[in-house]
Amino acid sequence: MKDLGAYRPLDYFQLMEVSLRELLVEKGVVTEDAIAAAMATMRARGPERGAAMAARAWLDPAYKARMLANGSQAAEELGFEVPGLRLIVVENTPQAHNVIVCTLCSCYPRMLLGLPPEWYKSRPYRSRVVREPRKVLAEFGTRIPAKMQIRVHDSNADMRYMVLPMRPAGTSGWSAERLAALVTRDCLIGVAVPKIPKTPKTRKS
Amino acid sequence: MIERGHHDMGGLKAGKVKRGEHAYDEWELRVDAMMMLLIGVTGGNKRMTVDELRKNVEALPPADYDTMGYYDRWVISLTQTMIQRGVITTDELARKLAEVEKRGRR
Amino acid sequence: MADARYRPGDRVRVRKAAPLGHVRTPFYIRGYTGVVERVCGAFPNPEELAQQRDGLPAQPLYRVRFRQKDVWPGYRGNPADVLELEVFQHWLESS
Repeated sequence: MKDLGAYRPLDYFQLMEVSLRELLVEKGVVTEDAIAAAMATMRARGPERGAAMAARAWLDPAYKARMLANGSQAAEELGFEVPGLRLIVVENTPQAHNVIVCTLCSCYPRMLLGLPPEWYKSRPYRSRVVREPRKVLAEFGTRIPAKMQIRVHDSNADMRYMVLPMRPAGTSGWSAERLAALVTRDCLIGVAVPKIPKTPKTRKS
Repeated sequence: MIERGHHDMGGLKAGKVKRGEHAYDEWELRVDAMMMLLIGVTGGNKRMTVDELRKNVEALPPADYDTMGYYDRWVISLTQTMIQRGVITTDELARKLAEVEKRGRR
Repeated sequence: MADARYRPGDRVRVRKAAPLGHVRTPFYIRGYTGVVERVCGAFPNPEELAQQRDGLPAQPLYRVRFRQKDVWPGYRGNPADVLELEVFQHWLESS
């Protein structure tokens, strides 16, 4: 372990953040208000926006077609501002399951879905899902049958990706809100599929 | 080997995926916000590109890349980029780090 | 903007090169052959943007589809499994 004197590595990075921020504010490059506003904007983004898009696609075939043709425009259609996002939505079918990764860093449709999960940015996920997707998905409790095709998408350049999961059976007549609640962040990345929550067993009379 | 970037890990062997969730500290969210402003996405004062952020993260020594947290890597990369871009100087940074450290890091 | 040389359905090979600097073509795909799935558009070259240059003229970017069994020795999955990623035109050759 290096002798860093009064510093411990964890504190050095927080020290750096304060120092960088103060220098940039002093020089008029950023303001504290702008930082706070950017933080608030990021907090307002989350997977529920992608879930809303999925539910709408399940209910409205014309919207689904538009979403598969241009994901960013489909997001904007629902009122989600996604500056600079070039979104491709890939559709799960009975024949094919999609899963998303960024092997080189952590590219993720942040402007729509917010911050990615820690595991998405980790070495094990980034290294292994391109090469052994079924095994990695099994670690998430998701089993893709051997006869289905798996499509792995490495978002290594300017496009960003979201999975449109398959609508589960037994959901006919459900509202958009109820359907959207089935679509988790992990479903939109492709490491999970929507599941209807188990209802409690009724008491025997 | 130098021909393959340490970050360029697709297809390499690795252990199981750790699935826990991470609650972001405020300082991490501030780093994220500064990045968004500096690359000019959300109406900030564009001073750099996300490509420079990535390049500087990729330039971290491999052992540090592996042990540093995600926003640890970003704050180092952002600061390096600001030095490279001439927005701040190394000396300004040194003096500010000492000042903040003396003040008690808040 | 540079002209788009390839179209969906074209077989393309990723150049096998190991340059320095910032590169967005992953090491694992270099030297392999796939099929253009779509033309994504043209974007400034990230290799140049990383070096504080403007990356112009914008370069055509393609989504290219590869069969997993072509890329990984001993791939054990459905032979129809694919890997799809984006490759800039200057990293591609006709195959």
